[in-house]
Amino acid sequence: MADISLSTATPVIPRRRFLWSTLVDHAVLITGALIMFFPLLVMLQTASTPDIETMKYGPGLYFGDQLDDNFRKAMFEASGFSGANTGLSMFKNSLILGLGFAIGKIVIGMMAAYAIVYFRLRFATFAFWLIFTTLLLPLEVRILPSYEITQKLGLLNTYTGLIVPLIASATATFFFRQFFRSVPEELVEAARIDGAGPVKFFIDILVPLSQTMIAAMFIIMFVYGWNQYLWPTMITTDEGMYTLVRGIKRIVQVLQGGNEIPEYGRANVLAIIAVLPPVAIVIFFQSWFVKGLTESDK
Amino acid sequence: MKRAGFASRWLPILLLVPQLSIILVFFYWPAAYAVKSSFYLQDPFGFGQTFVGLENYSSLADSAEYLRVTNFTVVFTVLVTFFSLALALLLAVKADKVIRGAKSYRTLLMWVYAVAPPVAGYMGLILFNQRWGPLTELFGMFGWEFNLRADYFDTAFAMVVVSVWKQVPVNFIFFLSGLQSIPKSVREAALIDNRSASGRFWDVTFPLLAPTGFFLLIINITYALFDTFGVIDTLVKGEPANNPMTLVYKVYIDGFRGNDLGGSSAQSVVLMLLVLALTVFQFRMVEKRIHYT
Repeated sequence: MADISLSTATPVIPRRRFLWSTLVDHAVLITGALIMFFPLLVMLQTASTPDIETMKYGPGLYFGDQLDDNFRKAMFEASGFSGANTGLSMFKNSLILGLGFAIGKIVIGMMAAYAIVYFRLRFATFAFWLIFTTLLLPLEVRILPSYEITQKLGLLNTYTGLIVPLIASATATFFFRQFFRSVPEELVEAARIDGAGPVKFFIDILVPLSQTMIAAMFIIMFVYGWNQYLWPTMITTDEGMYTLVRGIKRIVQVLQGGNEIPEYGRANVLAIIAVLPPVAIVIFFQSWFVKGLTESDK
Repeated sequence: MKRAGFASRWLPILLLVPQLSIILVFFYWPAAYAVKSSFYLQDPFGFGQTFVGLENYSSLADSAEYLRVTNFTVVFTVLVTFFSLALALLLAVKADKVIRGAKSYRTLLMWVYAVAPPVAGYMGLILFNQRWGPLTELFGMFGWEFNLRADYFDTAFAMVVVSVWKQVPVNFIFFLSGLQSIPKSVREAALIDNRSASGRFWDVTFPLLAPTGFFLLIINITYALFDTFGVIDTLVKGEPANNPMTLVYKVYIDGFRGNDLGGSSAQSVVLMLLVLALTVFQFRMVEKRIHYT
């Protein structure tokens, strides 16, 4: 009986507690969001302020009116950070790297995964291990020999040398293999009964089925490619081949080295432009991206 | 594999050729080259090489510098992994709980995923600027004269902060999706059984998140070891050698700047073995993971 009287009294307490804990939850989340956003805010502020002010007082509290001026200088004028190079040409190179990497990886990965899942191959197990061992060793640990070999092949300062060695890991292949295996087997049988060959089945059935997966992979791979740093730093010595992210290194060198007023405005505009496209893609295609990312671990 | 398949003989080979040729040229060849070079001493002026056996490895083992970098890497990895996992878990639990604005919070907390590590490092340079960096000034108010690039501890501190900032979103995404996949019935049962929220968290939610957490542990260790390169390169660049750096950064410094191909390759091989050990460990645990679910 005592239990019953207790249970009628309880609803009041959780409701009050609920309010306070919700407030705390929101406070924690807002603090987190602000910490995440703060550096970008500082970048924007300095990008809109005259360099002299930044140099004297550091980032201030108010936005200035120099943003469009700094943007114009950063994108279209060739001086300071990278000789004959403009922000626009770095942007172009970043785009080529991001797109080339994403498309190359998806196409090659899908082809290989298709071969592994849908064909009876004598050396299938061997090919599987050959391919999936590459998941174990990131480029960073074999960076120097990779550089030597790319140099031997005469691929320094080329888009091929920039993109292809980065594709040499099987993340996309692994991902598509998992996905293809989850496609019902009846589909292949039905297609075969209807007289569809392997090529027709791949293009007319499997590729349309994989659309969401392809989109998710594309976002992840584009961001990964765009953000590459170490490999482009080693492989591109010609300023015309710099990507935005690789250009950051040059910016740091110039800002630390020079005796003149450091061009923080221009530098920060470039850093913001290096960040915006991948961030925009991740935000706009959030649900695909999250799905692709969290399902890749299975 | 009980897959119904196609019987074509040449098509699968054709499909595999691009992938296989790329990994043979740009993966197996470099990896083999690294192993081979680790047994040789390279002439710094490019006049051939001499076989020295395990000398590159033994000089690594004797090197006080290498030991120092190894120690730092361990501390750095532990700190980055711990803080980025703990903060992300806190944020994910809160984001999973709130009803209002849940989607906005998710966006606001995950976008940093797409920021390149060197750009994050560059932002760190601005925030920790020796003279006027906002964070330098903040620390100054508490009497801490923060000195990036000049002070070993301060530089290491900045490296950890920037690396954690960059990694929290990834963990957040995984934890949140892990939390959201906990069935409603389990939550309700927990709610009936356990009145205190923290009790529910540690007794029910935390164990259910363990597989995600373990997977993330490996991801984070790999991140701290390899992907922080860009952060480190922008934060410590061009400074005297006694700055903090990780093993991967040393491979690059010794090989690319110091022209010590043999020593750098030996370091690469050591790192390869380390990653292999990690992966084997991971696979072992993933097998066990089936018991959880």
